[in-house]
Amino acid sequence: MQYLDFEKPLAEIEGKAEELRALARANKEMDVEKEAAALDKKAADLLVDLYKDLTPWRKCQVARHPDRPHCQSYIEALFTDYTPLAGDRNFADDHAVMGGLARIDDRPVVVIGHEKGNDTQSRIERNFGMARPEGYRKAIRLMDLADRFRLPVVTLIDTPGAYPGKGAEERGQSEAIARSTEKCLKIGVPLVSVVIGEGGSGGAVAFATANRIAMLEHSIYSVISPEGCASILWKDAEKMREAAEALRLTAQDLEKLGVIDRIIPEPVGGAQRDAQATIASVGKTITSMLNELVDLSPEKLIKDRRDKFLGMGASGLAA
Amino acid sequence: MNWISNYVRPKINSLFSRRDVPENLWTKCDNCGTMLFHRELSENLNVCTNCGHHMGITPRERFHALFDGGIFTEVPVPAPLADPLHFRDQKRYPDRMKTAQKSTGETEAMLVAEGEIGRTPIVAAGQDFSFMGGSMGMYVGNAIVAAAERAVALKRPLILFSAAGGARMQEGILSLMQMPRTTVAVEMLKEAGLPYIVVLTHPTTGGVTASYAMLGDVHIAEPNALICFAGPRVIEQTIREKLPEGFQRAEYLLDHGMLDRVTNRKDMKNELVTILRMLLALPPEVKGDLPAPTPEPETVPEADASGAPEPAGDAKA
Ligand SMILES: [Zn+2]
Repeated sequence: MQYLDFEKPLAEIEGKAEELRALARANKEMDVEKEAAALDKKAADLLVDLYKDLTPWRKCQVARHPDRPHCQSYIEALFTDYTPLAGDRNFADDHAVMGGLARIDDRPVVVIGHEKGNDTQSRIERNFGMARPEGYRKAIRLMDLADRFRLPVVTLIDTPGAYPGKGAEERGQSEAIARSTEKCLKIGVPLVSVVIGEGGSGGAVAFATANRIAMLEHSIYSVISPEGCASILWKDAEKMREAAEALRLTAQDLEKLGVIDRIIPEPVGGAQRDAQATIASVGKTITSMLNELVDLSPEKLIKDRRDKFLGMGASGLAA
Repeated sequence: MNWISNYVRPKINSLFSRRDVPENLWTKCDNCGTMLFHRELSENLNVCTNCGHHMGITPRERFHALFDGGIFTEVPVPAPLADPLHFRDQKRYPDRMKTAQKSTGETEAMLVAEGEIGRTPIVAAGQDFSFMGGSMGMYVGNAIVAAAERAVALKRPLILFSAAGGARMQEGILSLMQMPRTTVAVEMLKEAGLPYIVVLTHPTTGGVTASYAMLGDVHIAEPNALICFAGPRVIEQTIREKLPEGFQRAEYLLDHGMLDRVTNRKDMKNELVTILRMLLALPPEVKGDLPAPTPEPETVPEADASGAPEPAGDAKA
């Protein structure tokens, strides 16, 4: 487990408990269990304390935690018969975007999501979850497929944003994002999204223009990264804490603003401490959101999505 | 608001030099450095008379030149909630807004108007880069929705002039949500079978490019306009290499298939009229110096409900 900077006191306590137990293993006469158990308790209390009121910046850190379950973990655990479908039929297959046919609770669906990768090699292969135009165009193709065969679409959002690269711009990523958002609005099948980590700007919107949007408790969704915002408005990227605060990018604020529909609670200490439990909660939410929508007509679904986004922003945060 | 301000004022306006264009002042072309008379520059639609460099132009100035006889009626835009996030960086957002309103004389970063161009009735929306970088927040979203709704109600095409540094960060996620929101507006036009033409002007970047600016039936850009999602500086920092000359400029996008045309500002009106009349299956435009159209009776209420200062001596609905 990788500790975040604000978890340092926790790392120390857990380290001490571990040291004591290691000592006892080497030295059979020593009885440290009572002392170690006290440290465990202290660590557990501290964990609850640290996570019960995370600042927006800390939430950004948790949302980006490398040990958090990623798209692939969710697909493997929650879906059966997952059959990846590759390529945009135009230029390439974007490995930052996973997608294909799958079943959830035996119901066939199309699943699409950003995958960040779990180690150096897979992160590079996945481009750290930053899609290029091909990724959006693959998603558009898959949404069309879903629409043609009346399959609901589930999207899992976890991206720092679109890839600021030369080729991505040359091949028209603006157009690709715009068309993907447009496609989300057009399909006559249920579309549900879960922000599982980072909802980074246009790259997230392109998949998350959905009938229902849920966010994990410590995930974030923002128009710009706090670092980016800080460097523009504060002229100092180090002011990311202030920017994270001002941007209102937490699930809790987004629910208040009426941008998302549900918050999925995370285990104590964040999704990275209990991937299985987190994945199970996300699964339940996906099922429940789909159940709300599967009986609606295509026209109703399209209208529901339009009205949702047209009406957004009518009420701000309470003062 | 009465017939005088609706009709006589714009007419007077076109006879005399415009507000805040003192004739004794010069502007330096930021491309070739030539000193240009304000008045001369303004008459040339802010295009350098020496090198043809296209400088910024406000939607109001643009609409004066675009609409027949300089006459247009503003389409009211519903005022959004002010400062929904209680946003504060080094300044409070409401203070930034006040400063922008004071310096531009406008309510917000988009102007929507209806009128005729080459005797072709249209609705136009113009983004104002001089107002907080033209940034897309809830007002711009409302403006585009209002423009689309008006176009659908009148069965007219919509021409949108984009110019923005991107989303309005001070409105956080709600500015991001204008991407899907404005896309819904574009859908309304398409379903109604109405042409939607985007004129991309310098600069059109970020979330604006990745939504309504790239969803037109026809995309026309002004020469050398920067058009991109990620800006050149961010890309250079990411890939650690220098970008080629002209990267992400209008001509480059034309070469890469993202635009239909790159057209000089002075030719834009004729081109728009020609294209629109074909799309609308109308006979070719009758060229010639026709008198200004008879103004419609005043029906549209004042666009601005928030009480921002109205620029004196400008056409306003
Ligand atoms: Zn010049």
